[in-house]
Amino acid sequence: MNRDAQPLVIKHDETKLKLSSYIIGFGLSLLLTLSAYLLVTHHGASRNVLVGIVAFLALCQFITQTYFFLHLGTESKPRWKIGIFFFMLGVVLILVVGSLWIMYNLNYRVSIPQELKYVKSQDDL
Amino acid sequence: MEPTLAVSSKALRRQEVEEGQSKILFGFWIYIMTDCVLFASLFATYAVLHNNTFGGPSGAQLFSLPYVLAETMLLLTSSFSCGLATIALQNKSKAKVIGYFFLTFLLGLGFLALELREFRHLVLIHDSWTRSGFLSSYFTLVGTHGLHITIGLIWMAVMMIRVLKGGLGTYNVRRLKMLAIFWHFLDVIWIFIFTIVYLLGALRV
Repeated sequence: MNRDAQPLVIKHDETKLKLSSYIIGFGLSLLLTLSAYLLVTHHGASRNVLVGIVAFLALCQFITQTYFFLHLGTESKPRWKIGIFFFMLGVVLILVVGSLWIMYNLNYRVSIPQELKYVKSQDDL
Repeated sequence: MEPTLAVSSKALRRQEVEEGQSKILFGFWIYIMTDCVLFASLFATYAVLHNNTFGGPSGAQLFSLPYVLAETMLLLTSSFSCGLATIALQNKSKAKVIGYFFLTFLLGLGFLALELREFRHLVLIHDSWTRSGFLSSYFTLVGTHGLHITIGLIWMAVMMIRVLKGGLGTYNVRRLKMLAIFWHFLDVIWIFIFTIVYLLGALRV
């Protein structure tokens, strides 16, 4: 029998939402926010380490909220939502990293003449 | 015999409606993703400009972390209560849906009031967006988020009236689902503003 002629069975795009999912998400978000805040206000580590930890905590909270609040990754087979989500992440990464890279490079190149001037003035002495 | 005839036209119609609804929800998801790209460009601008203070104050001198933590808590709690509203929506309980969305609305309004108060304070001490590249990019980034919050609050108010008058029909349910996605998304964006602008700003990165 032709499978395409079968009546379509539309599955709901989300499985039944559970209260526990929101409670876990909320609890984890609170924990991550407060620990990042306390680490910064109490200078829990040296600055460079702290930057790494805070960035990592933000990433954890990002994943927590997209999973528990936005329910990303729970949809059934043709996974368009998560597909376009990863595409977005790619675009965002190119945009942010690219901008920073270009501007850093520009800064570096523009500052060369001044450094040369400095070197020259050192030579004159 | 064609298998489709086995299904009554009413059931087919319902399937069509449901399929249409999930397509609209997917379209809205694509909008959210493009909005993420918009915010990413503003974050990139901020990251490039945040040290260009032009002799003016830096983030560490301007921002009060406990104040920002209060804002964060309000928004996070509102995102949670929005989730509770989604659960109530699933259980078709109209009173709870309106109640939780009203709570979300109040918390969101509190967040917006705190944010506007901070902006007002910055403008009054002459550290507005005209002061430096850092402050321009700060006001653009945080202001765009605030604008989204404002739109979300107006949308929420309209939806509460619609549900009060029309109940939880197919279209209202779909719109409320979209609103909930929008609201959670704004909370996700705020994680990055909280971390990059305020926490890392306090560390003078």
